[in-house]
Amino acid sequence: MTAMSTRGFARLASGAAGTNFGYLDEQTKRMIRRAILKAVAIPGYQVPFASREMPMPYGWGTGGVQVTAAVLGPADVLKVIDQGSDDTTNAVSIRQFFARTSGIATTTSTAAASVIQTRHRIPEHRLKEGQVLVYQVPIPEPLRFLEPRETETRRMHALSEYGLMHVKLYEDIARHGHIATTYAYPVQVAGRYVMDPSPTPKFDNPKMDDCPALQLFGAGRERRIYAVPPYTRVRSLEFEDHPFTVQRFDRPCALCGAADTYLDEVVTDDRGGRIFVCSDTDHCEERRAAGHRGEAA
Amino acid sequence: MTPLLSARGLTKLYPGGRGCREVSLELDAGEVLAVVGESGSGKSTLLSLLATELAADAGRIDYRLRDGTVRDLLVLGEAERRLLLRTDWGFIRQDATQGLRMAVSAGGNVGERLMAVGARHYGNIREAARDWLERVEIAPARMDDSPRGFSGGMRQRLQIARNLVTQPRLVLMDEPTSGLDVSVQARLLDLIRGLVAELGLAVVIVTHDLAVARLLSHRILVMKDGRVIESGLTDQVLDDPAAPYTQLLVSSVLAA
Ligand SMILES: Nc1ncnc2c1ncn2[C@@H]1O[C@H](COP(=O)(O)OP(=O)(O)OP(=O)(O)O)[C@@H](O)[C@H]1O
Ligand SMILES: [Mg+2]
Ligand SMILES: [Zn+2]
Repeated sequence: MTAMSTRGFARLASGAAGTNFGYLDEQTKRMIRRAILKAVAIPGYQVPFASREMPMPYGWGTGGVQVTAAVLGPADVLKVIDQGSDDTTNAVSIRQFFARTSGIATTTSTAAASVIQTRHRIPEHRLKEGQVLVYQVPIPEPLRFLEPRETETRRMHALSEYGLMHVKLYEDIARHGHIATTYAYPVQVAGRYVMDPSPTPKFDNPKMDDCPALQLFGAGRERRIYAVPPYTRVRSLEFEDHPFTVQRFDRPCALCGAADTYLDEVVTDDRGGRIFVCSDTDHCEERRAAGHRGEAA
Repeated sequence: MTPLLSARGLTKLYPGGRGCREVSLELDAGEVLAVVGESGSGKSTLLSLLATELAADAGRIDYRLRDGTVRDLLVLGEAERRLLLRTDWGFIRQDATQGLRMAVSAGGNVGERLMAVGARHYGNIREAARDWLERVEIAPARMDDSPRGFSGGMRQRLQIARNLVTQPRLVLMDEPTSGLDVSVQARLLDLIRGLVAELGLAVVIVTHDLAVARLLSHRILVMKDGRVIESGLTDQVLDDPAAPYTQLLVSSVLAA
């Protein structure tokens, strides 16, 4: 590991933040950092932590907020995205929350951010060493779909009994003719733990693999933290005769012309007009600023 | 030859003192052992102990692995034990909803064990599932249906397919035919008898129905109050019971 990439960890060990910096008290942050360190040491393993009440509903990503609060230092620059966008109510509220409680700088630029909290997307811009991507996770347990008993799912993780994940994929193919899971598509981390990447589209799964940034996952209601350290192998589960594939879009972004990004459908008028545009708004704007144009721009 | 399965002094007492006391039994490859006795005599407890689903207070369970080595299941590592149980063993439960994944299609139920041991080719898994469904007389057209829509008899046959797909050597059955209509029972017993003979399965079958014991088993254990009170060849025990309790059991069947 290079010196740069250890930066993400240094912030965990040193307790860079001042008193009550980022809403949580120092003791709580130390507790969360210990959980994060353990999660980093056992990639993909769900570490229990004593989740705190946060001044926002669970659906707003209190797990992610607590992880972010625990890793933020005064020199950090925070970006918050929701479905790829920096300006949804959720993203704006969380960004303002941290600006207010810690006074840190915020940004919408992926490249300029040191910590990025996300719900449902990984930025298109390749992440770099030293950056931390914090995911808001609603349901951390990938096996729950078929095995509701937690004692049993824990044992399955402990013993690497992951056949059940493939039963889920089998059911998909039997029902739809192909693997129809497009969100929260299960991955195996470092050849060991199977992990739910949270409700990101499977389009983003390849970005998790060998990623230079530290990826942290926080589930508030379920009180779990898990992690993918930089440059870790992350493999999407698949069958030999039904390999993992990402979504393809049959047209480029209507605004910036990008042909390699995840697109959202946007209604443009009340007569049913609609265009497909980058879900990562910052990426789209950067491309347009650099002169790229799509057919609707 | 050492037996396939040998249990010694298996004991499990519930609070209140009931359960299973110092039960010993042996089973050879391809042999069918029936466990009979009145309700509450400890039959299901014994089966759960053998399946290591219930922790024994005392005793040991020696099992001869495919490579010929004999291991005590109660001291085997958990990973190895669980792998053994879902490859070399089967467990057919009275309540099919406990033995099946009701949220998964029939084909997925059969394929699960294959995927659990690393099968990763969808087409092959499906082929094996189809083959096994046919062997238990479930139409391939039903393979993508949920067992929720299956009759009681079909559910039991699906349990059988799901368990046999990994070609186990030992199958535990707890009242596999009870609660079914008589004609459905007869058909299921026929199927079980055929598969047991064809595959050379060793079976421990718990039943309160002596007719089932007579039809399927080579040997029989009679339980009362958690203990084995009589054992021997099925025909001998049923035709000429030694213990007064067994005489009572047999005569009540004859009377019925
Ligand atoms: N978890 C438990 N706690 C306390 N007592 C139990 C428990 N499970 C079973 N028992 C008691 O232990 C005895 C043996 O139960 P078991 O289920 O093994 O009997 P069985 O022979 O299978 O009966 P049946 O023919 O009704 O299925 C019964 O008296 C039962 O009430
Ligand atoms: Mg019973
Ligand atoms: Zn765009």
